[in-house]
Amino acid sequence: MNIVLIFLISIFSISLFFYGKSKTKTISIKDNIKLNALPKFYGYYLVLWCSIPALVFLLVWSLFEPTIIKSIIIETAANQGAVFNDKNEANLVYEKIKAIHLGTYFGDIDSILKESALAYAKFINLFTNSKVVLIFGIIIASVVYSLKKIRNNNKARDDVEVILKGLLFVSSLIAILTTLGIIFSLLFESIKFFSVINIFDYLFGTNWSPQRAFVRDASSITAAEYEELKDAFGFIPLIAGTSFIAFIAMLVAVPVGLFSGIYMAEYASTKVRRVSKPIIEILAGIPTVVYGFFAALTVGPFFRQVGENLGLTVSSESALAAGLIMGIMIIPYVSSLSDDVINSVPQSLRDGSYAVGATKSETIKQVVIPAALPGIIGSVLLAVSRAIGETMIVVMAAGLAANLTINPLESTTTITTQIVMILVGDQEFDSPKTQSAFALGLTLFIATLVLNYIAQRAVKKYREKYD
Amino acid sequence: MTKEERLKKRHQAEKRFRFYGLTSIFVALLFVVILVQNIFSKGSSAFKKTVITTEIFFDQELLEIQNGASEEDIMEADFYDLMIENLIKAYPAKDRDEEDELLRLFSGDAEIEIKKAFLKDNNLIGKTITLDLTASDDIDQLHKGNYPRDLPEERRRISDFQLVIYDYFVENKKISKNFNNYFFNNGDSRDPELAGIGGALVGSFYSILICLLLAFPVAVLASIYLEEFAPKNKITDFIEININNLAAVPSIVYGLLALQILLATIQLPRSTPLVAGITLALMTLPRIIIPCRASLKAVPPSIREGALAVGASKFQSVFHHVVPLALPGTLSGTIIGLAQALGETAPLILIGMVAFVVDIPSSPVDPSSSLPVQVYLWSESAERGFVEKTSATIMMLLTFLIVMNFVAVYLRQKFEKRWN
Repeated sequence: MNIVLIFLISIFSISLFFYGKSKTKTISIKDNIKLNALPKFYGYYLVLWCSIPALVFLLVWSLFEPTIIKSIIIETAANQGAVFNDKNEANLVYEKIKAIHLGTYFGDIDSILKESALAYAKFINLFTNSKVVLIFGIIIASVVYSLKKIRNNNKARDDVEVILKGLLFVSSLIAILTTLGIIFSLLFESIKFFSVINIFDYLFGTNWSPQRAFVRDASSITAAEYEELKDAFGFIPLIAGTSFIAFIAMLVAVPVGLFSGIYMAEYASTKVRRVSKPIIEILAGIPTVVYGFFAALTVGPFFRQVGENLGLTVSSESALAAGLIMGIMIIPYVSSLSDDVINSVPQSLRDGSYAVGATKSETIKQVVIPAALPGIIGSVLLAVSRAIGETMIVVMAAGLAANLTINPLESTTTITTQIVMILVGDQEFDSPKTQSAFALGLTLFIATLVLNYIAQRAVKKYREKYD
Repeated sequence: MTKEERLKKRHQAEKRFRFYGLTSIFVALLFVVILVQNIFSKGSSAFKKTVITTEIFFDQELLEIQNGASEEDIMEADFYDLMIENLIKAYPAKDRDEEDELLRLFSGDAEIEIKKAFLKDNNLIGKTITLDLTASDDIDQLHKGNYPRDLPEERRRISDFQLVIYDYFVENKKISKNFNNYFFNNGDSRDPELAGIGGALVGSFYSILICLLLAFPVAVLASIYLEEFAPKNKITDFIEININNLAAVPSIVYGLLALQILLATIQLPRSTPLVAGITLALMTLPRIIIPCRASLKAVPPSIREGALAVGASKFQSVFHHVVPLALPGTLSGTIIGLAQALGETAPLILIGMVAFVVDIPSSPVDPSSSLPVQVYLWSESAERGFVEKTSATIMMLLTFLIVMNFVAVYLRQKFEKRWN
């Protein structure tokens, strides 16, 4: 239906374009007046007026229609005597009603469901009809309005440009909308989570085992149950595991990345630079799922084998394997950024150092690096935020159980791994377990935001210093 | 310490420092080589499948259909018994167990392959033809040399009886490797020899198409606004901060956003390329806006001023002159953004693309998988055959990424104007 409507709207708009163009031409010839804009702008004017209001209306309508119909149907079903104990059950009944309407339901159909399905059909029909009527009403109204404007020989180009400028502005607002969407969707579920689990119990608890959160109805839990629950959602092991793996990754990425950055900025000939820089950046372009596969199937078992030969017990999901591979993934972030940062250190600083007899490496160590330090720290912080938000490598190569450990040969888990584990497969909304994933997401979002903010400030401050 | 000694020491330190730098670059490059080599050595065998040349006699009594039977009759006919009869005739089995083992040399689709041969030419009753039937995963891996045969029988997936027959195949050249059409045409399957990336390819294609259709226009319009029209005020600053932050938000957070808004609130269908495309578009948007703005900024002001000087409006100067000049940079930025989106996995897992989907999606609202998610799914499977399939999928994915990146670089180098 929507596709037909969009098709009709576009056909209508295109024909209006030609109508407007020729109409204004005839007006100008007949009345012998000078048009205020080229004829095609009158065409554009009509097109914009015909399409934008109708399309916006259609979009908004389609966004809200399913929710409204759903609440109406659930209510009518309840009026007819259906009993829902919670939201999940209501959802299930609604899905059944929908399936009956579409003829894809093969279970038992009782009278309530049958009545509701009929009501559903009625409402769908009503909504579709009123949608079509309203859209045509909107089109007619806006076309009448814009035709009147055109007859009065308006400044069509200026008007078109104002509308287009509005369109440009709205496109740039999508970034804000996305941010708002993220914040709201994370906050919405997190608040529900924190209304069950005390935020301090979450932040400072040392035990994470959400599979123990058996309680489905979160509103009525006893004190004894809460003791049990609160013990299942302790954030400490997760942040410890995440930081630990990120730390191992940094142990790999910072020295290798920094030294490559220094070598490329200070020593390498243009030819070497031109070849090696893109190849190192390939590392950043490889999908993380590929690293995860490599870590889980090659590196993990390899470390395990080596450990066995040395008489050590190495978990095949060791933090070491995940951290090492993550570090390699991050090398280009550190190397490219520090390369840029070092390149923008003014040559005069180096020349001064050479003039008093320092060798090249002494100049780098004692003059260039200290001068570039804020920028380098910024790039390392960006890399850290990349590491804690990284998902696929740890999902595939790190463990699932939350262990508080500092042994890199054991398995640990991370925030992102837990989010994926909780949300993969069947989920019940409104269970503390599902909500905890959103609380974790919120924590992750805030952590990366803070890290990025500090890093960007550091890099910007540094740039300003030498510009 | 004399002056000379000190100087020598300093020069040694210099050499050491240089060596560290060179080693780091070498380590990074070495890793690229190891990774690619590892994937390719594991995956290249997946593009061939093992087939067993088998003679099939179409016995009318078993099939109970006539020559020239209609398609419906053929689809209903029992080709399974026919296959068993033919196999037992060629390779006598002692008992029920050996019969089962004999059948397990062939893929689960062997019966369908025979049926298809008959569908193509329905005059085969009473005749004998030779067919290349796909071998089972175990035989496939054994024949490709990925499976050790010198283990004791109880630890092997292949029995002694099967090995004897396999050796007979090899001796009589009845076993060979063909192009693996299943890998490209089939959807997912529990049997490695039948599993393919057809569904994932189509799913990825739809997702990226939707991502392109949504993200590209919005990103271009937004960057035009921010670079050319936006007044310097609080709102503009706020939009810019937002874009920069969104580019650094971990991708999994976009998955949570999609789960809450697209699936729970708007109730779009789960596991579909439509939702994947919208999610990826939201994620890619800031990553496209940043290079788009850079390429708009690179167009010198003289172009705009020239247009304004001959009486163009601000809009005309931007859309007739600046935007066409910035287009190569814009396009290459978009392609690189799409390449990132193509390899993105975590948000797609959250919106349910990990579902086991056998059918190849015919529209963006059918449940489907995508290439990176398929890699994740198969890497979790225990069967030996999935390792080579996973690696081959990665090879396909990397090929797409390399092609996209080359196109981006080519566009920029070929069409972009240098202004200084």
